[in-house]
Amino acid sequence: YTQAVFSCQFSDSAGYVGFANLPNQVHRKSVKKGFEFTLMVVGESGLGKSTLINSLFLTDLYPERYIPGAAEKIERTVQIEASTVEIEERGVKLRLTVVDTPGYGDAINSQDCFKTIIQYIDNQFERYLHDESGLNRRHIIDNRVHCCFYFISPFGHGLKPLDVEFMKALHGKVNIVPVIAKADTLTLKERERLKRRVLDEISEHGIRIYQLPDADSDEDEEFKEQTRASIPFAVIGSNQLIEVKGKKIRGRLYPWGVVEVENPEHNDFLKLRTMLVTHMQDLQEVTQDLHYENFRSERLKRTGK
Amino acid sequence: LPTRAGSSLEPEEHSMEPPAMPEEEEVPLTVAPGPAGCQLFGYVGIEAVLDQMKIKTMKTGFEFNIMVVGQSGLGKSTMVNTLFKSKVSRKSSQPSQEERVPKTVQLQSITHVIEEKGVKMKLTVTDTPGFGDQINNENCWDPIIKYINEQYERYLREEILITRKRKIPDTRVHGCVYFVPPTGHWLRPLDLEFMRRLSKIVNVVPVIAKADTLTLEERAEFKQRVRTGPEGLLECPMCPQPWLKHHVPQIQEDLKTHAISVYPQEDFDQDPEDRALNNRIREKIPFAVVGADQEHQVNGKRVLGRKTKWGIIEVENPAHCEFPLLRDLLIRSHLQDLKDITHNVHYESYRVRRLNESNRP
Repeated sequence: YTQAVFSCQFSDSAGYVGFANLPNQVHRKSVKKGFEFTLMVVGESGLGKSTLINSLFLTDLYPERYIPGAAEKIERTVQIEASTVEIEERGVKLRLTVVDTPGYGDAINSQDCFKTIIQYIDNQFERYLHDESGLNRRHIIDNRVHCCFYFISPFGHGLKPLDVEFMKALHGKVNIVPVIAKADTLTLKERERLKRRVLDEISEHGIRIYQLPDADSDEDEEFKEQTRASIPFAVIGSNQLIEVKGKKIRGRLYPWGVVEVENPEHNDFLKLRTMLVTHMQDLQEVTQDLHYENFRSERLKRTGK
Repeated sequence: LPTRAGSSLEPEEHSMEPPAMPEEEEVPLTVAPGPAGCQLFGYVGIEAVLDQMKIKTMKTGFEFNIMVVGQSGLGKSTMVNTLFKSKVSRKSSQPSQEERVPKTVQLQSITHVIEEKGVKMKLTVTDTPGFGDQINNENCWDPIIKYINEQYERYLREEILITRKRKIPDTRVHGCVYFVPPTGHWLRPLDLEFMRRLSKIVNVVPVIAKADTLTLEERAEFKQRVRTGPEGLLECPMCPQPWLKHHVPQIQEDLKTHAISVYPQEDFDQDPEDRALNNRIREKIPFAVVGADQEHQVNGKRVLGRKTKWGIIEVENPAHCEFPLLRDLLIRSHLQDLKDITHNVHYESYRVRRLNESNRP
């Protein structure tokens, strides 16, 4: 994300108006206001979603996790759990909400498990629509889901029927970023094969996942291409620090070696994190301009009848 | 000692005689005071029967039928290839193989004859593609139960004929290896349901598949999860027992409480020696396994393993995974036991049920 350069050159030469400084003002205002971002994570239990979220944001969003046993899972339907944290980095405030969906895909019959999720997303749109149409629009809180990380199991041969159904039902409501979880289970060849399979199946079923916008003139074209070519990202998460060559790094310790989370040769974690933080703005825009507007026009058409 | 056809000393043909025979086969060579101790005054030559049994076995060969069950992609075919060190199963990840997930559970059996040091084994591997892969997996175990019972039925029909074949072809499933995904959390409802139903009719050996995704601590935790239950007592929907009472640790505890007795079953331990050996195995179940059919160079040796950027996972190294334990259980130590229990317990209970059914008016 390009850091706006604070140009303090208010030249008094003729012809210079000064609105070139506008982006700086916008930048300064947003820094003051802070950002809101809502990220939803969906996937079967045991795919490392919570560990990955903790690794991404370097916080412990799930301090006292309670992992339900099999018998408990039988009774449960999908739950929606939202946790919010305020993260600050170099003066920039981020109000991050992570929406977790425990119970997804756990039951023997998972036919209806994403209905709850669709309902949640629609409810947030509904609330925003209501606030937007209201009289006092000063403090509209944006709880709409800006991005959905969908966790694909690395143990299969591609997408499962449930994965396909979910993505088809939700690609018109939220930005879907497919992620291959627990990537340390795959060798390099297996990873490439799985990525290709997933992409083939996605295009075969006409699923629209989040597309990275084309690189701006001041962005690194090659880096953008590399990132785009790595989708779906194959990631590993870890909350443990392991000592490797004298340094403490995040990783997983196995009898046969150490998997380093932030090593680009081991997995795509860094790419995912970079993509997320440099595209928060774009994800919000696409949610506003595309998904929300779709919802809004559908809604208004219905009530208009 | 003359051996007649159909004699009680033949390991392959199981006649309908009462189970006094196994004891004769397993008596140790030392003259120990047995149940009805009898001192021998000199060398008779009884031990020569062992050699005769061995030669006979080598001539007739073994039949061994295993079934592998689990969601697609858990490495079942690779595991079978690793177990028998040959390309017994075609992996569904190969480009030539049909890769679509079938809409219902299908059963596919492949038979190979493999030979080692003169001993021939007719190995049949039954695969179950489609199991647990659908969105709605209710009753996905039905085709499997049907298949197993069909094999018992086939054997029963041969057995009750008036003129019977000398050697009844044995297609009964001797062991069912169930692949549990390495989530690290707990058994899923599907896992519990399947194992509960099938451990009643066949030997079920659960394994944690693709265990190279779990660190050693996570593996131990998965096997024995200690967790404080919710406040207050809740009823377990699967059995009317108060929650906290049994949902505290271990996969093994949970299996026991839901009356899932996986192989080796405690009820069938024949003597204290057996029990001690089997207890050691039971402590480790389910085995955390990794399969591989490619060789790599490690410290100057060729080993079967998986090569990654951060190291080579050696499949036969007990420090890396428990594949050697699974292999020893299935092939080196308990193969005959698996067949015996299938024949003496599971098949017998099927037979009793069937004969009672046909007796009822």
